[in-house]
Amino acid sequence: MTLVRGGRIVLAEVSATIAAGQFVGVFGPNGSGKTTLLRAILGLLAPVSGAIRVFGRAPQAFRRGIGYLPQQRAAVGDLPIRGWDFVASAWRGERWGLPLVGSRGRAQVARAIQQVGAEAIAGRRLTQLSGGELQRLLLAQALLGEPRILLLDEPLVSLDPHFQQTVVALVRQIQRAEGITVLFTAHDLNPLVGAMDRVLYLGNRRAAIGTVDEVVTDAVLSDLYQMPIEVLRYGKRLIVVAGHGPVEAEAHRHDV
Amino acid sequence: MFEYDFMRTAFAAGAVVAVVAGAVGFFLVLRNLTFAGHALSHVGFAGATGAVLLGLDPLWGLLAFTLAAAVAMGCLGDRLRNRDVAVGIVLSLALGLGVLFLYLYTTSASEATAILFGNLLGVDIAKLWSLVALGAATLATLAAIARPLLFVSLAPEMAEAKGVSLRLVGVLFLAIVAVAVAEAAQIVGVLLVFALMVAPAAAAQRLSARLGLGVALAVALALAETWSGTALAYATDLPPTFWIVLLSCLAYLASLAKPTGLARA
Repeated sequence: MTLVRGGRIVLAEVSATIAAGQFVGVFGPNGSGKTTLLRAILGLLAPVSGAIRVFGRAPQAFRRGIGYLPQQRAAVGDLPIRGWDFVASAWRGERWGLPLVGSRGRAQVARAIQQVGAEAIAGRRLTQLSGGELQRLLLAQALLGEPRILLLDEPLVSLDPHFQQTVVALVRQIQRAEGITVLFTAHDLNPLVGAMDRVLYLGNRRAAIGTVDEVVTDAVLSDLYQMPIEVLRYGKRLIVVAGHGPVEAEAHRHDV
Repeated sequence: MFEYDFMRTAFAAGAVVAVVAGAVGFFLVLRNLTFAGHALSHVGFAGATGAVLLGLDPLWGLLAFTLAAAVAMGCLGDRLRNRDVAVGIVLSLALGLGVLFLYLYTTSASEATAILFGNLLGVDIAKLWSLVALGAATLATLAAIARPLLFVSLAPEMAEAKGVSLRLVGVLFLAIVAVAVAEAAQIVGVLLVFALMVAPAAAAQRLSARLGLGVALAVALALAETWSGTALAYATDLPPTFWIVLLSCLAYLASLAKPTGLARA
């Protein structure tokens, strides 16, 4: 399929299959199409050629089954309402009428909040929460309604390293327990190395998918970016560096 | 004071408007759209004075202009962000037009004062029924869209992903705001709709972090301020607008005393 956003081809004739129940890390420099891909899976952006199938159905037909955590916006932390109400606002929020949650919705909200271990903060105002605590509530919101797919867009941005590990471990644990398929975009692949089943690397309008050992190699990444790329192993850490390529070296740098 | 018809009408009109302004205002503040409410009331001034010029009730001119402006603002949506200068110029033009219409009329100062600062004690039975009908329509529409409205206000990207049209909900809500502004302007005037739409809602959001309780508090505060203001106006022979605005200011100040931890811990 080919995805175009803002008149620019972001992904050109990319083809990939993700097996149900896998934890997939999605990487690539800014503008490589991570968010665009997630929006396409959500059915917000139709491919100009090719098609996306989610569990064999068109994305729009599968909306209910997808949980989505958008890139964190600072505005969430300015809302003067309590966490519980924030999470609950997404319960069947697409329906018309009064925002009454009902007993089934209440149980779902309680379940999602318990899954992310946010019981203690759900009664507090969003303005009183730290970035990591807000991230937990956003994750709880994404988990409402027991989705079969979780799309997490840069959930590690602006979290300290300790909390990054906590979020990854939390997502991994929920994914395992519920058998959910997870697409998790990030800049640095290291926090995700132990948790991922597959890596999806985007760049240069193309994509490479496979296990970490298959994809994060000099050969595959050099071919993807059409320039010399080296993967350095430093202990357990992977450091991806552009060789002395003349262009866009900065764009391929990974924040370590 | 209830032996007078005009006082009974004033209390009834005040109640209708306060309930509408409190409920709509809660979402206005939650969505960070207080400036839009302010802008709509200024545009409404041109409509109200234009209606006077044509010999119509200013309420209908006000309503026509605020509704048209609300739909335009809703359709422009995000393109209005960071356009403070353009919006400000359109508002000045609206006020300028209002002044022109007033001049062309009979340069009647009392009509201008009523539009700018409200005339609660001048509400007659016919106007009261208009307010009741508009208020009922506003609250019914708000009730119909409250659920997706809350969703798009708190989690817009996720709402979009679930198939909610941000634009449709946004335009519908601004239309509701337009009617609420036109209603509130009958009580406190176009310049002071903030007192009924924003102050009670802002105070309510400081007093409670719960959504349902917050809406109820905003309505209760707006109602208490309007009724007390009207009673004080009767007792002191001062304008009700003055008392309502003063009380809403004091209530907001009092709500600041409650620690809410708005500063991030």
